[in-house]
Amino acid sequence: MYNSPYLRQNTSVRRVMVTVLVAMLPAIAMQVWLFGIGLLLQIAIASATALACEAAMLSLRRRPVARALGDGSALVTAWLIAVCLPPLLPWWMIVIGTSFAIIIGKHLYGGLGQNPFNPAMLAYCVLIISFPALMSQWPGLQGSDAATQLNWVLGGERALDAVTGATPLDALRTGLLGNADVSAVMQSPAFGHVAGAGWEWVALAWGAGGLLLLALRIITWHIPAAFLGAMALVSGVAWLIDPSHYASPAFHLLAGGTMLGAFFIATDPVSGATTPRGKLIFAAGIALIAWLIRAFGAYPDGIAFAVLLLNICVPLIDIKTQPPVFGHKVEPPDGGAR
Amino acid sequence: MNLEERTAYGDIGRKGLWENNTALVQLLGLCPLLAVSNTLVNAVSLALATVLVMALASGAVAALRTLIPYEIRIPVFILIIAALVTCLDLAFNAWLHELYLVLGIFIPLIVTNCIVLARVEAFAAKNSPLAAAWDGAAMGVGLLWVLALLGGARELIGAGTLFSGIDMIIPGAQALKVLGDDYPGLLIAILPPGAFILLGLLIAARNAWVARAAAARPAAPHAPVDTASA
Repeated sequence: MYNSPYLRQNTSVRRVMVTVLVAMLPAIAMQVWLFGIGLLLQIAIASATALACEAAMLSLRRRPVARALGDGSALVTAWLIAVCLPPLLPWWMIVIGTSFAIIIGKHLYGGLGQNPFNPAMLAYCVLIISFPALMSQWPGLQGSDAATQLNWVLGGERALDAVTGATPLDALRTGLLGNADVSAVMQSPAFGHVAGAGWEWVALAWGAGGLLLLALRIITWHIPAAFLGAMALVSGVAWLIDPSHYASPAFHLLAGGTMLGAFFIATDPVSGATTPRGKLIFAAGIALIAWLIRAFGAYPDGIAFAVLLLNICVPLIDIKTQPPVFGHKVEPPDGGAR
Repeated sequence: MNLEERTAYGDIGRKGLWENNTALVQLLGLCPLLAVSNTLVNAVSLALATVLVMALASGAVAALRTLIPYEIRIPVFILIIAALVTCLDLAFNAWLHELYLVLGIFIPLIVTNCIVLARVEAFAAKNSPLAAAWDGAAMGVGLLWVLALLGGARELIGAGTLFSGIDMIIPGAQALKVLGDDYPGLLIAILPPGAFILLGLLIAARNAWVARAAAARPAAPHAPVDTASA
């Protein structure tokens, strides 16, 4: 709305959304390879729920159903929800999260292009606030066979302690609360080279998908660069001051939802900032709050809460960072902004 | 009571219960509304206390309205309301002690509930005691039914029960496990965000209802006060 001049791009919502789905494939494949096929069923459930809710809300709102369903935006939301949830949740939690995202997070605000909050992060927050215990059960690397995983997702009896392990962020948090220092906690088998065992490869796959989006100009460099730069900066400063209590920047960059958030969540063109300088402020703010929640908060990862908090600030950020219209007098750059 | 007076009283009642509903239209007094509506029993208990305070405070202020100096009316109103609330607070402590412990600070906070002062200032200070007491009660009951709906919905979605804590009022009574024992409970409904989301949905439902009613009879003589038609 604010980013004139309106350069014409040879693109469509459908093309963008399909590209995003394709860019998600490497990380999804990596996660399935490492943790088992539960994720695929989860994606299927989320997609079906999202399409059903989208169709229901569109027809309730008397909008053309087929065209909006075909744009793929509901599928992107569904896939993002599925990948950020622990892979072996019972199916009804995925249905609750996805329908909340589509019905309340998207359509009650006016549908595609109108939602102030990232729908996938809304779903994640609703679920982690409502079911904190289930949401912290991630399957361990050694994993379980496909039949067991499918049985769990479909609501079978769960013997979770046998195969679930704490995520790296969870393990770090628990260890630090028990007065261990970072290097001692990192000796546990949940950790790999710099971050979580396995998780660091998933994070790198998200980064690869993100670079594809950058190369295809679906997203600009501002948000990922500012996100990762700010995350490295704040975690690096804390790490240099006290390496026994704060994990290294490499850990923070490759743990939890940092990579997913930097390339796929914060870059949402609807709920994120739109001006170039605004994108830098927006993404750096998310990284800062996410790190604060990781280091001092009650939840192991804070990307989702940070994204929602900065989503609220987007209208202000966009107004304050609106670039001057071409040909008009350029105002002197204000000191605070980058 | 002649016909004109009766329509006036009917009008006051309709405004309190629906057209100027405190919770859905005026959006006043939301702090206690959101804080104690986590179960049906809590919500209805605090709402009943508020109804009582509103009716008595409006009646008392209306009776004293010619004696209260205009310049210091607000402190005087607050003193009258605070005296009534203190009586109620002590009564809760004496006879419904467990409920008193649950509702805690929100009983004395009825004094600061802006809807009480709003009705006293806007209506009771300018009308007869009977009309003022009726207005306070109608506004309070308007709050009561919304609070009951909100509290019931939050408890049902969040915990799958209704009337939990009823034994604080009727000893020995049991809560209804409406959704069964193995309902996992959508905790967010009981937490503060659930109150905002559900209140928003209730307001939206009311606005949709009013808009539909207005569309059905375009030349309605009595335009409802609401945000949807704006």
